[in-house]
Amino acid sequence: MKTLARLAGLTIAAVAMLAAPALAKEWTTVNIGTEGAFPPWNATKPDGTLEGFEIDLAADLCERMKVKCNWVIQSWDGIIPALQAGKFDAIMSGMSATAKREEVIAFTEPYGSTGQTFAVSKSSDLAKLPLNGELFPLASKPEETAKAIETIKPYFKGKVIGVQASSIAEGFLQKNFADVAEIREYGKTQEHDLDLASGRVDAIMASMAYVGTASKEPGNEEMTAAGPRFQGGMLGKGSSIGLRKGDDDLKAMFDKAIEEAKNDGTIKKLSEKWFGFDVTVY
Amino acid sequence: MSFAFFQETLLTLLPGVPLTLELAFLSTAIGAVLAVTLALMRLSGVLPLDYFARAYVFAFRGTPLLVQIFLIYYGLSQFPAVRQSVFWPVLREPFWCAIIALSLNTGAYGSEVVRGGLLSVPHGQVEAARAVGMSGLLLFRRIVLPQAIRQALPAYGTELILMVKATSLASIITLMEITGRAAKLISDTYRVIEVFVVAGAIYLIINFVLTRIILALEFWLTPHLRERPEARELPADSAGEHA
Repeated sequence: MKTLARLAGLTIAAVAMLAAPALAKEWTTVNIGTEGAFPPWNATKPDGTLEGFEIDLAADLCERMKVKCNWVIQSWDGIIPALQAGKFDAIMSGMSATAKREEVIAFTEPYGSTGQTFAVSKSSDLAKLPLNGELFPLASKPEETAKAIETIKPYFKGKVIGVQASSIAEGFLQKNFADVAEIREYGKTQEHDLDLASGRVDAIMASMAYVGTASKEPGNEEMTAAGPRFQGGMLGKGSSIGLRKGDDDLKAMFDKAIEEAKNDGTIKKLSEKWFGFDVTVY
Repeated sequence: MSFAFFQETLLTLLPGVPLTLELAFLSTAIGAVLAVTLALMRLSGVLPLDYFARAYVFAFRGTPLLVQIFLIYYGLSQFPAVRQSVFWPVLREPFWCAIIALSLNTGAYGSEVVRGGLLSVPHGQVEAARAVGMSGLLLFRRIVLPQAIRQALPAYGTELILMVKATSLASIITLMEITGRAAKLISDTYRVIEVFVVAGAIYLIINFVLTRIILALEFWLTPHLRERPEARELPADSAGEHA
């Protein structure tokens, strides 16, 4: 009987601990989930520790918020379910706030945005795609963007384009290029890089930042960015911190810290260190 | 959980069934040929053949299929020599890489099952066959192989089921079979339980049909184990003759 009572007590304590985040709680520790495989946003060093723009930025934000932050490495395709399951409290993994994701989780204000672009082999005929490097915002300049897509579309006829499955670029490709090209989906971005190098795919689509970093990796010597850059609209507002719906206090804390980091130039400084250009969302 | 979502999931996953079945059946067929060949090499008594088969089985049974698929798909394509070879049109396709990996893998497992079957044929049977003048291929085809297949079938049936499930690994090299589609749907909707329940149910149905086929095959191959039909009454005089 005594054991039973103790067990019951333990159960109640456990339930109370599980239920705690639902109540208003004083945030002293925030666990942040990241893929650790998406440089320069986040990457895993050979010794297993993390580095990248988000790692530096989070250190700054957590200091502003006066909380202790811990990192949890989580594969990309399970990252939202893991947030919901309480494995961590926030996602910082180069995740863009899209309408579809906003149905499931909450997002802070964006802390960084680079456009999406194509990458091809230097020797391929796609390397000479027109509108190279020009930026097309989907939301604010829809006509120009539509015209740009029509201009480059014929170049992709019968080609295979590799892209990370369920990424914003995948949605963009399915909508605009699926009628002329085969869209092949990969679990990890490194995998489409390998297939671009081997010639299994003719082009890949990823963020400008990713292409910049990946093309410097050994084995990707042939990789080069090509064609226009796209951003905004269905490509998302930019990378934001993903939070569970209901953690409004945490969202307010992060929003305030991001705003401060934006205004005092911390984001600009860190992005120039990691990307080589400013990714601040103005 | 909503019924509408289950229905949507089912309609999203079902188009992956043909690819899953193609992968399973094609690689099982190639793997079966490989299995018999390897088993015969093991039992040939020719040392180089025996040791080659042993090394092959050791390597392919001892490493995860996931690693084998990765090595064949991403590994081989790293070498310019492979990309310029005559095999590249085959090796550049994820489908054929999956078939190669699955076939090589099931060939290793299957060879041990077949070897067990071959060894289970009583030596007396072989001697009896020799006594009536059978030898070589004829003996193997008429006496050894049919009995070996019958003995190996239950274990081989398990291997077939494992193969159906192993095809789910093909999704890592961009093949959108049932699991690939399920993983994508989860990334799109974040509804893990519903999607995997439906995916699991589809595999269960496929394997249910498969086990029934294997059972039927077993029944057909073991007439001697069935209860005999009522012995027909024989005419009295002929019975006398036999006595």
